[in-house]
Amino acid sequence: MADFPLIYERSKPGRRGAQPPAARGFDLAAALGEENLRKDPPRLPEVSELDLVRHYTQLAHRQFSIDANFYPLGSCTMKYNPKVNEEAAKLFADLHPYQAPETAQGALQLMYELQRDLCAITGMDAFSLQPAAGAHGELAGVLMIRAYHEARGEGEQRRVVLVPDSAHGTNPATAAMAGYEVREVPTDATGEVDLGAFEAEMGPHVAAVMLTNPNTLGLFERRIVELARIAHASGALLYYDGANLNAILGRIRPGDMGFDVVHLNLHKTFTTPHGGGGPGTGPVGVKAHLAEFLPVPVVAKRGDEYVADYDRPRSIGRMRSHFGNFGNLVRAYTYIRALGREGLREVSGYAVLNANYLRVRLKELGFRVPFDRVNMHEFVAQPPEGMRTLDIAKALLDHGMHPMTVYFPLTVKEAMMIEPTETESLETLDAYVEALRQVLERAAEDPGYLAGAPYTTPVRRLDEVKAARQPVLRYGFPEDDAQG
Amino acid sequence: MRYHPHTPEDERRALEAVGVGSIDELFADLPAELRDPEVDLPPGMDEAALLDHLRALAEKNQTRGPDFLGGGIRRHFIPSVTPHLALQSEFVTAYTPYQPEVSQGVLQATFEYQTMMCELTGLDVSNASMYDGASATAEAALLAVRHTGRDRVVVSRGVHPETRAVVETYLRALGVRIDVVDLDPLTTADLPLGDDVAGVVVQQPNFLGYLEDMRRLTDEAHAAGALMVAVVDPLSLALLQPPGEYGADVAVGDGQTLGNPPSFGGPTFGFMVVRQELLRQFPGRIVGQTTDVDGRRAFVLTLQAREQHIRRSKAKSNICTNHQLTALMATINVAALGPRGLREVALGTVERAHALAARLAEAGYAPLTGTRFFAEFVLPVARPAEELRAALARRGVHAGVPVPAEYGLGDAVLLAATERVKDEDIDALVAALDAAGARRPQEVARG
Repeated sequence: MADFPLIYERSKPGRRGAQPPAARGFDLAAALGEENLRKDPPRLPEVSELDLVRHYTQLAHRQFSIDANFYPLGSCTMKYNPKVNEEAAKLFADLHPYQAPETAQGALQLMYELQRDLCAITGMDAFSLQPAAGAHGELAGVLMIRAYHEARGEGEQRRVVLVPDSAHGTNPATAAMAGYEVREVPTDATGEVDLGAFEAEMGPHVAAVMLTNPNTLGLFERRIVELARIAHASGALLYYDGANLNAILGRIRPGDMGFDVVHLNLHKTFTTPHGGGGPGTGPVGVKAHLAEFLPVPVVAKRGDEYVADYDRPRSIGRMRSHFGNFGNLVRAYTYIRALGREGLREVSGYAVLNANYLRVRLKELGFRVPFDRVNMHEFVAQPPEGMRTLDIAKALLDHGMHPMTVYFPLTVKEAMMIEPTETESLETLDAYVEALRQVLERAAEDPGYLAGAPYTTPVRRLDEVKAARQPVLRYGFPEDDAQG
Repeated sequence: MRYHPHTPEDERRALEAVGVGSIDELFADLPAELRDPEVDLPPGMDEAALLDHLRALAEKNQTRGPDFLGGGIRRHFIPSVTPHLALQSEFVTAYTPYQPEVSQGVLQATFEYQTMMCELTGLDVSNASMYDGASATAEAALLAVRHTGRDRVVVSRGVHPETRAVVETYLRALGVRIDVVDLDPLTTADLPLGDDVAGVVVQQPNFLGYLEDMRRLTDEAHAAGALMVAVVDPLSLALLQPPGEYGADVAVGDGQTLGNPPSFGGPTFGFMVVRQELLRQFPGRIVGQTTDVDGRRAFVLTLQAREQHIRRSKAKSNICTNHQLTALMATINVAALGPRGLREVALGTVERAHALAARLAEAGYAPLTGTRFFAEFVLPVARPAEELRAALARRGVHAGVPVPAEYGLGDAVLLAATERVKDEDIDALVAALDAAGARRPQEVARG
């Protein structure tokens, strides 16, 4: 079969698609200076509008998505993204960040209300909506922790951030980016933070502990209050990675558990779309003792007027330009107000019910569950003895279903991390179980089958080693090749 | 509203399978004293009520009317075909392409994006996108620090103030010193260089809209052994000399002008393109070409050993999720316009900006036009800028990004144009400026 063409390979000199307003005659060189102009135009595709439509529509069809496929990626919360969110976002798409604030009061009010709602949901005292992704929120959070210790004269002394060995990779990467040394705390036999090791690591050199609760094994850290007490007693702050907030919405709040800083992933818990890899959005919330360090701007209400407050002298500063990923703030706000308090509680209830249902059904098939107890919104399994997680994942693709997260957390061999979310029906979960059953059955009959999967996808297994060893990172124009 | 599909019968069946009596029992691991807090939220709404509520909020905003706002975000024409194609379900609701066999749509489009960004900037390697122009610039400064092992960064005051603020947030924690170089009067003055300088960061066109002498600044940076980071408006590169041509090592910027709506400033996307030699220090996701087992061309995330999920605390950056969908909007938009269309948009923008400046001068204003400018320029005014912007808004004209006091220009605003600006819009602006008392007593134009 022929390769699927690149848009560049559909290009023909002189062909055009969309036409902007006609430019008037103008002496460009006189205005900008000949020396400032580019000599050769950029090589960009020349296609008709219909060619363009066909190309990107066919590309879309070479892609799995929540809208078309079950997508139970652990730790990613791939739930349904309501269409009404998109309608709401369109209402605000034309707003310019430098409009007079008097003409953007609706947008500022929405941000103010969302800050308030997120405080209510998490039990924190103040929020900034600036960060553009989860990892970006983490960086803001850890920089605030740094600023807090510096303000207390302990900046030099506290140079270590503790993370569990099962933490998301962004946690240690973020701590390093904020100038900290990272130390890992092991997991105990129950799948939770090892309390003894935790106490041993704790001391006046520790700036913060970064935790996800439920943790990346999908288990609730039952000793969280004790962990918080130990951390706070030695002057460290507790950071909440909100990746798994979907499990506990309306049931328990990070602020009540003792966390000082949280970041949320609006693209996980609050249904803003993942977009094939962003834009995410990662607001940060804090307890009152850290509020002065929040990134600017924070939206405040003065009388009847909503204002973006930049006059915060102890703020860590800006994390990005303007008001954050505002379009996603509209989507998340729409979702929260659609559900209301009771609706949010139902989210966590059915997310946890679905995950436990799938855990029980997978065990029946012979999958192993290393920490076999009631889990939260996700669980970690291992394939039946002798089978490889990667092979099972690839075979699922032939069933039109997206695999689970594979080989994470790193602490579990052949890990498969499964998060079905609350928006999936039992019929879909049953179909996933049936697909897995067929994969196992087929593998038993035909030992070579799994290693060859997938068979029916737009392309089959890729040579990833070649991609890394001989990197081809952009289109090779024929004329460049001709020049050698 | 509810988005879960469970009927009471489903719930009963699932609970039975799990072996618990109620959903609440599944939460027994939560400390009892903290369970079921009072969450102060209003009750849920049905879709009609929800949309009414959102529309009421949206109506408190005012976006109609002639528009001369810039400062890094502009309302360029976006053909209908762009959002229609980019916002297809499959692109919008996909995750990061970790399973390449079923993610060729996003992966190939990203490879096309990387190619376009290399062409526009004249540099070798593009990543898959970053959050926005400001954070991409901060990441570029960090890259320069890693690459050179030096700990001072020189940043032109012509770099957008918000971008500089983000650079400062990122670099402060790592103890990297930042020196800001003043403008003299409207472009970057001599650089305070030394053998401790990791990188020089200059914006082209600069925040005030004026063209820098990028080749001179690049040569100076290189003579000191520092990397040159060019912060560029990607649309301008349809006309202006690309960073690769004047020797810059890194090009970064915000991609909004390539085909995303302003959306109150976000989400847009950031881009970063570098010389080949910097690949090992490059942050963020990159898509590469390879083949599948049947020998067909295929695309995959590659060179991941730089990234957080592999390298953890030794990663080049903590960036994980980037801004793929907004980068896809730009990719499709650039393909829709093609090289001629993109050039026409840029040309129309420059022409309209110059028409605007000429008309203001004619009307007795003194725009600073002695230095070459692209889409934007400074207009000194007779009233505090924020007050003037509000006064213009009351007259239905969106214009007047305040020029911060750090530039020493007194009361002044930025005025920007796009190819969409009509002559009658310019008339409306002049009339609104007149009515708002913006005209300064006649003075000699600077710059």
